[in-house]
Amino acid sequence: MHILVCGGTGCHASESESLLSHLKAIVADKGLDKEIQVIATGCFGFCEKGPIVKIMPDNTFYTQVTPADAREIIEEHIIKGRKVNRLLYQDPENKEHIADSKHMGFYKKQIRIALRNCGFIDPENIDEYISRDGYEALAKCLTEMTPQQVIEEMKKSGLRGRGGGGFSTGLKWEITSKSVSDVKYVVCNADEGDPGAFMDRSILEGDPHSVIEAMAICGYCIGASIGLVYIRAEYPLAIDRLKTAIAQAREYGLLGNGILGTDFAFDIELRYGAGAFVCGEETALIHSMEGLRGEPTVKPPFPSVSGYFEKPTNVNNVETFANVPVIINKGAAWFASIGTEKSKGTKVFALAGKINNVGLIEVPMGTTLREVIYEIGGGIKDGKKFKAVQTGGPSGGCLTEKHLDSPIDYDNLIAAGSMMGSGGMIVMDEDDCMVSIAKFYLDFTVEESCGKCAPCRIGNKRLYEILDKLTKGNGTREDIDRLRNLSQVIKDTALCGLGQTSPNPVLSTIENFWDEYIEHVTDKKCRSGQCKALLQYVIEAENCVGCTACARNCPVNAISGERKGVHVIDQTTCIKCGACLEKCKFNAVFIK
Amino acid sequence: MGQVKSLADLRKIKEELQGRMSLRENSNNPESLVQVKVAMATCGIASGAKQVMDFFIEEFEKRNIQAVVTQTGCMGYCFAEPTVEITLPGHSPVVYGYVDTKKADDIIEKYIKNGELVDGIIPVNYETIEKK
Amino acid sequence: METIKLKIDNKVVEVAKGTTILKAAREAGIHIPTLCYLHLHDLNIENKPAGCRVCVVEVEGRRNLAPACVTECTEGMVVNTHNIRVLNSRKTVLELILSDHPTDCLICAKNGNCELQSMAQEFGVRKIHYEGEQSTYREDTSPAIIRDIDKCIMCRRCEMMCNDVQTVGVLSAVNRGFMSVVAPAFEMNLDHSVCTYCGQCVAVCPTGALTEVDHTNSVIRALADPTKTVVVQAAPAVRAALGEEFGLEAGTLVTGKMAAALRRLGFDYVFDTDFAADLTIMEEGTELLDRLTRHLNGDKNVPLPILTSCCPGWVNFFEHQFPEMMDIPSTARSPQQMFGAIAKTYFADKIGVKRENLVVVSIMPCLAKKYECQRDEFATDGNPDVDFSISTRELSHLIKQSNIEFNELPEEDFDHPLGESTGAAVIFGTTGGVIEAACRTAYEVYTGKKLQKISFEELRGMEYIREATIDFDGLPIKIGIAHGLGNARKLLQDIKDGKSEFHAIEIMACPGGCIGGGGQPLHHGDSSVIKARQRALYAEDAGKTIRKSHENPYIIKLYDEFLGKPLSEKSHHLLHTHYFDKSKEIKTVE
Repeated sequence: MHILVCGGTGCHASESESLLSHLKAIVADKGLDKEIQVIATGCFGFCEKGPIVKIMPDNTFYTQVTPADAREIIEEHIIKGRKVNRLLYQDPENKEHIADSKHMGFYKKQIRIALRNCGFIDPENIDEYISRDGYEALAKCLTEMTPQQVIEEMKKSGLRGRGGGGFSTGLKWEITSKSVSDVKYVVCNADEGDPGAFMDRSILEGDPHSVIEAMAICGYCIGASIGLVYIRAEYPLAIDRLKTAIAQAREYGLLGNGILGTDFAFDIELRYGAGAFVCGEETALIHSMEGLRGEPTVKPPFPSVSGYFEKPTNVNNVETFANVPVIINKGAAWFASIGTEKSKGTKVFALAGKINNVGLIEVPMGTTLREVIYEIGGGIKDGKKFKAVQTGGPSGGCLTEKHLDSPIDYDNLIAAGSMMGSGGMIVMDEDDCMVSIAKFYLDFTVEESCGKCAPCRIGNKRLYEILDKLTKGNGTREDIDRLRNLSQVIKDTALCGLGQTSPNPVLSTIENFWDEYIEHVTDKKCRSGQCKALLQYVIEAENCVGCTACARNCPVNAISGERKGVHVIDQTTCIKCGACLEKCKFNAVFIK
Repeated sequence: MGQVKSLADLRKIKEELQGRMSLRENSNNPESLVQVKVAMATCGIASGAKQVMDFFIEEFEKRNIQAVVTQTGCMGYCFAEPTVEITLPGHSPVVYGYVDTKKADDIIEKYIKNGELVDGIIPVNYETIEKK
Repeated sequence: METIKLKIDNKVVEVAKGTTILKAAREAGIHIPTLCYLHLHDLNIENKPAGCRVCVVEVEGRRNLAPACVTECTEGMVVNTHNIRVLNSRKTVLELILSDHPTDCLICAKNGNCELQSMAQEFGVRKIHYEGEQSTYREDTSPAIIRDIDKCIMCRRCEMMCNDVQTVGVLSAVNRGFMSVVAPAFEMNLDHSVCTYCGQCVAVCPTGALTEVDHTNSVIRALADPTKTVVVQAAPAVRAALGEEFGLEAGTLVTGKMAAALRRLGFDYVFDTDFAADLTIMEEGTELLDRLTRHLNGDKNVPLPILTSCCPGWVNFFEHQFPEMMDIPSTARSPQQMFGAIAKTYFADKIGVKRENLVVVSIMPCLAKKYECQRDEFATDGNPDVDFSISTRELSHLIKQSNIEFNELPEEDFDHPLGESTGAAVIFGTTGGVIEAACRTAYEVYTGKKLQKISFEELRGMEYIREATIDFDGLPIKIGIAHGLGNARKLLQDIKDGKSEFHAIEIMACPGGCIGGGGQPLHHGDSSVIKARQRALYAEDAGKTIRKSHENPYIIKLYDEFLGKPLSEKSHHLLHTHYFDKSKEIKTVE
């Protein structure tokens, strides 16, 4: 038997270490250390109810266990085989105690559809993919279904574009299938550019065949025989795996002419992107593939009517494609049973920031931010206080405490002032200054704007400059008004999605963290201490013994004072490096 | 392997492989080997998964342990890379995080040889679609 | 025709399907401001990157504002072009553009002629609310064009001209975000690129980012120098456009006023490039007949078609892009250079002035002429045949600076002997004109018969590629015409592929020919101006008593006294040239 004790940061903070040693001591004491092993594990992700203890093999899941509970667990459960009811996880809805973790809602919070094979199969072995129903969906489509039937199935499934747009995939396929042309293209958008997002890369690295299979299915539906994957050159491993997978699929005759004994022909080529964020926008992506400058053009015409070299082109993102084979295999109804009314299925998120379980998760649409952050993500690092979560990549909005319980789906996020985006999710804690956060994102969009339209090219730069002014303590109330007006104008007038959403971080932080903005401009204060220009290092005369350590270590000679006398920091010279604070042994230096 | 010409062909491959794969899915096969899967996505490799994988391969050879080492994609526990999933015959898979060669050595000696769990297990917290 | 009904500012408008909001509004008399948008209707040139976002309007039911220039009308659409949301957005966007634009308008080459300046005035901008860092770049001065791209507003008109219309491919957007700007590859200088100096980029630039190299000061200095005799020549297209700079209607001919103005500016001799155009016809026409006859007689070493060579932008183009076809164009120099060569030999001798004391100034509708007159092969011992070439616009500045009331000037004549010209020379200024002039002479020389009808209507028009067969008394001569370098490229490619059946082709680099040149008064997007200039030139031709180059008495005299006959050795030396393969000229950044 094994007793697993969570050793994650959250549980650690609630005495899990002491619990672990108690358990070990009692086991040893009872002479059970041969049969019973007490093990510290990584985070269970359920930090809200920590510390967690799990008994194997019966999967008993104890929550909020204290060191005082150790004896009861050993004596009752391990020795007598009676579960300690009061420590069992209580279902929040029916208040029932659940003995077995397999039946806990928590473990249903993540359902892996797009990531179904990631971390399970060898991505460089097509056989392993096939053994997990791989290419069966393609076979089913080619031999048992008409293109229109497949499109109907896709429409029924309710799958929406996972790249951020959220447009119905089935509808997109239908429009492209109805465009009349001798040549059509299927394009996979693998130009994942959000900072900190790596959903698509992980899918391509872990399950490249699912994307290949889906592209072929799409080709069958819209009448295309060429597929193009536009992938960032900075993803060498994903490129390698994809190339290997394409070669294997060709060898098996799953790409090429006469696929699966039918007269359907389809093949895939790679196109490399140079890492421009804007090339994730589909028209810019197409221009980049054509060898032109990666710049968006006005839609309509949509690529489904006139795309790659003016031919009808269906562009879907990697994660969208990864969902397709499962939908065909398990049926639209099954897929549509997961998620919310208007957003079906699951969504992969790259969890990052001040969170314990940084990583890749896949949750059904409708999961709340709280579940994602506190249950799957294991809560905030170092027990700090949650402040905001930013979804939707650099141009998403910052959501706060009040949004934590709203279910995640396309429409809710937009209503809350953010967006789904491609699935980046960055968590911020009390140490993050929201003005600086907005500035950070603007810095990114200023850099990544293609420069084609004036509001994005110049407007974002100006937003950045005003925010910079605020963080330096030079801002005024009018500056906040200017930020608001300019943000609204950029949203209203920018050409493509990049510019239309780039002010989101500004607007959402002004909306949700108004007090912080006001503090920056009127009190010249930054409550999280991130805006260095707004800090003052001062010496508390009472504590200063005149050891001169601070003065000797000040790189700009801003500190004066006699030996054994009180020292003073000249604020006009001080560069706020913090050396004095570090060197003072008498707690005389502090930040104001 | 030749060309796959029909759905039947495809299912045949699947069946042939079922034996091998089931060893990963349900570990009820007593004769089966120790399965080691190293998460080799960019995040894993960047944290040293390659060395860990090489270590397992070499050490199994040296210590004469019958085991299969394969690579796989990202398991999602990027905070704990490199991650390695170990499936002992007859047991559920166990995922270990922060695996370096020292930890790998521990895993071989304690868990693989003696079935003793080692600190640092990452609890699996998702459902796969098969169970749905 | 399928039509659509929509409401713009509460006005019900019915337009053809596919009409943009901008066009629909203009048809309804509602003027939506535009900046990057450019539509040269008669030339079928349109630039609508939808980049400036000044033309945004509100469309009911739409989340954001719509750019009127590219948004097509839909049935039942409700458009508002001037509510507070639209006005605020438009003005904010304009202020943003201004915030990244130098405000040295007073000393800008485009002062008073700048579309951005006019818009700021129209919008009543009194304060830029979003001031901040301005993007700065290195200024680039080439022999003909100055790129001061601090003033670039990324309208992309020049890029469209250079790539889509001219297919030269020098200018395109580079860099990202705030630093993005239009420049040659790797931000090299223009003179390190394959730029032809056609100046079409300058012709469409709404601001002072692209302007000509100004030579007016050099001209003023030469005029003030008592040791110099200063001779001026004015190209045919100038007289049809110069009036626009003085408020006259487009297409007003100001030949006489121009001659009067030049005289008042202090030029010692006021001559006409048209004289040299007649001379060009003598040489080029004879060369055509010579090559034609030899070719028809079975000499396979003589290539046909023969291509005109009077356009310097075009010469630069094929030297860079089709060097393997350098034996196809005529070897005749352009009229500007023929004039210079004759002025500094024949005429200098005649008046007894040494070459180095004679200054030749040309007034050209063209910026490539600035580069042409600086070519090494057009100089003797370092002294150029043409010293300075200034554009129509520069001439207007000279006149204005010199307190000359242009519109009050009397009509005067050019001086003799290099000021006399025929109707054939006048039409050099428009697409189709050179080849028509050549046909008039070649026909009569070849057939020995008088032309019944002097005007060749079949060679006239504005279509980019035109073809016609002229009956040379039983010999059908196939003529091709292309204007705009992109269209020239098509004809050249046909020749390269052996598909061309023409005997002679006229090519002009600028859409419309010289009347649409890069040195002409700015059309600001109104292509009817170019058409009006064309009509003016044909009118001047029709009014001339002599309309065939070989009948110009001073040309006859020139041959008698000096050159002998067309294609003589002296002609070869003074009036013909050779071309250089510039395709391999890859230069590095300094």
